[in-house]
Amino acid sequence: MDMMANLALGFSVALSPFTLMLAVAGCFLGTIIGALPGLGPSNGVAILIPLTFTMGLDATSALVLMTSVYYGAMYGGRISSILLNIPGDEPALMTTLDGYPMAKQGRAGDALVLSGVASFVGAFLATIGLMLLAPMLARVAYLFGPAEYFALYLLAFCTLGGMASNNQAKAALASCIGLGIAMIGVDSSSGLPRLTGGNLHLYDGIDFLVAIVGLFAIAEIFFFIESHGKGSSLGVKLDKVRIPWRDIAATKWTMLRASGVGFVAGILPGAGASLGSFLAYMSEKSIAGPKGGFGTGVAKGVAAPEAGNNSAAGGALVPMLTLGVPGSGTTAVLLALLMTLNITPGPTLFTDRPEVVWGLIASLLIANVVLLLMNVPMVKIFVKVLMVPPWVLLPGVTMISFVGIYSLSGSYFDLLLMVGFGLLGYILRKLDIPTVPIILGILLGGKMEDALRRAMVLSDGDFAFLFSTPIAIGLWIAAIAGFVAPMFLRGVLKKPQAVTD
Amino acid sequence: MASDRIFGLVTLFVALAYIASATQIQTSFLSDPVGPKAFPMLIGAVAAICALVMIFKPDPDPDWPAARTWGGLAIAVIVLICYAYALKPLGFVIPTIFAAGILSYQISPRPLPAIASGIGLSVGLFILFKFALGLGLVAFPKGWF
Repeated sequence: MDMMANLALGFSVALSPFTLMLAVAGCFLGTIIGALPGLGPSNGVAILIPLTFTMGLDATSALVLMTSVYYGAMYGGRISSILLNIPGDEPALMTTLDGYPMAKQGRAGDALVLSGVASFVGAFLATIGLMLLAPMLARVAYLFGPAEYFALYLLAFCTLGGMASNNQAKAALASCIGLGIAMIGVDSSSGLPRLTGGNLHLYDGIDFLVAIVGLFAIAEIFFFIESHGKGSSLGVKLDKVRIPWRDIAATKWTMLRASGVGFVAGILPGAGASLGSFLAYMSEKSIAGPKGGFGTGVAKGVAAPEAGNNSAAGGALVPMLTLGVPGSGTTAVLLALLMTLNITPGPTLFTDRPEVVWGLIASLLIANVVLLLMNVPMVKIFVKVLMVPPWVLLPGVTMISFVGIYSLSGSYFDLLLMVGFGLLGYILRKLDIPTVPIILGILLGGKMEDALRRAMVLSDGDFAFLFSTPIAIGLWIAAIAGFVAPMFLRGVLKKPQAVTD
Repeated sequence: MASDRIFGLVTLFVALAYIASATQIQTSFLSDPVGPKAFPMLIGAVAAICALVMIFKPDPDPDWPAARTWGGLAIAVIVLICYAYALKPLGFVIPTIFAAGILSYQISPRPLPAIASGIGLSVGLFILFKFALGLGLVAFPKGWF
């Protein structure tokens, strides 16, 4: 009953004409961003966050807009996967395996509509899961003290790093870079400056938005300059778009199973949508066996990863909202948004700011319906976006990033720092050092140190206190397993270089 | 191999410098058992270990771009730095025409589309930011109009 009342509160927030308009705009913009090769949900949200602030939106509106962009980008990623054989973002990678062959067989329209429906099923079920699970997890989170939070942050770094790179040392290094950056500025407990090198600009620390936009958006332009913007002309023709009822009926159980797998993958801190789509595809492939014809352009091979990755996107919101630990790269960016809006994610969010949480959940449900309605009849419009040449698109993205950061701080130092982060992002991604743990480090570094210091104050400096409760021990074991397991599973979980989610 | 080793070596120096500067952090009279130095030093130590792993167990080299592309990337960085300095004194429109035009030319080296892209993006984005999103952008240097 409680939940119905909360949901009613959420809808009362989300159904105001202005919020509804933001949700529609966010979905539209998100789908376009997701469809463009190279721009994933993390980049999209990263570029738009600074603009959200300069538009002066309140917390709920900003959150609704950004999560609509997030869900939209997750939907849009499939478009370039199917038509160009280039995933718009990494979670859409698995969709290329059957989506592009299906399009080459002249069934591009069917693949697009089917993947749109699968995305809807995945995201919708995940939002229901979020509604049911998040309040429960929030109650468990009340049992967390500083020792448990320290172990939880460690778990996030270990699992995210483990999944994001092919080399554990590089993943750990990325986390250290982020944590190291987070230490710059005034120490919260003593009020004294740390590691600023005497530079006054650094007394406030390095703004995570500057780092995010630099590492994601500015780094992207360097990649395009390197590739001279090749590989973005339409690969296959899109003829008449109609609803493939037969394919939808044939894949209904696939969608449901993939949604379940994706949701669980999304909840794991750090694992994210890429793992969701990968596991959903692989499990359906093993269920179908060799006769399933996976990889040759079968409907199930399109439905499974799309349901999986969109479901994981919803799942990733569970740890972010309840524990303040993002479940994926994009939710790390969304966490930055929440923190800048002075909203502290965690168990108390559900009691202190119910209108924010339930408004968000309600708008996710609305965004999903909007996205389904947009993505089936309007798919041809989104396909047109793929024709925007990169030599217009990428300079445009860069200018938007500059204006976004400049209008927030008005400081050229932040812009220079952003360019520096762009260059760093380019080199790191070349060396297969993931950039998402850096963001996570900048976001969680202060909190992690705070948890450690509070734990030490409580125990009078006894490090054994960090392993003193069953929850903390469980989290430590999970963290170590999350860091070590990928070394043995590397053959199975071999991932491509660029990790944006 | 060499890329990882060089990067590892640079990282090792940075990590050691980071630890050294962490030792210089002042502690206040309200110090806790851990203090403000310990966590940064721990991070520096872990980073140094990771750097050593990269030096002694490097991955194969990535495909680095050719020398000409490096030149292009250097120009892009210089353009972006100049753009950062130019936005305040010169306003939005003129620096954006140049920055967007040059970046566009670097992605696809054709002069006319690059010029069109620079002018189009500059004017289009200014209208979007100023009038649709309501940002307080200045179009031209002060005193021009």
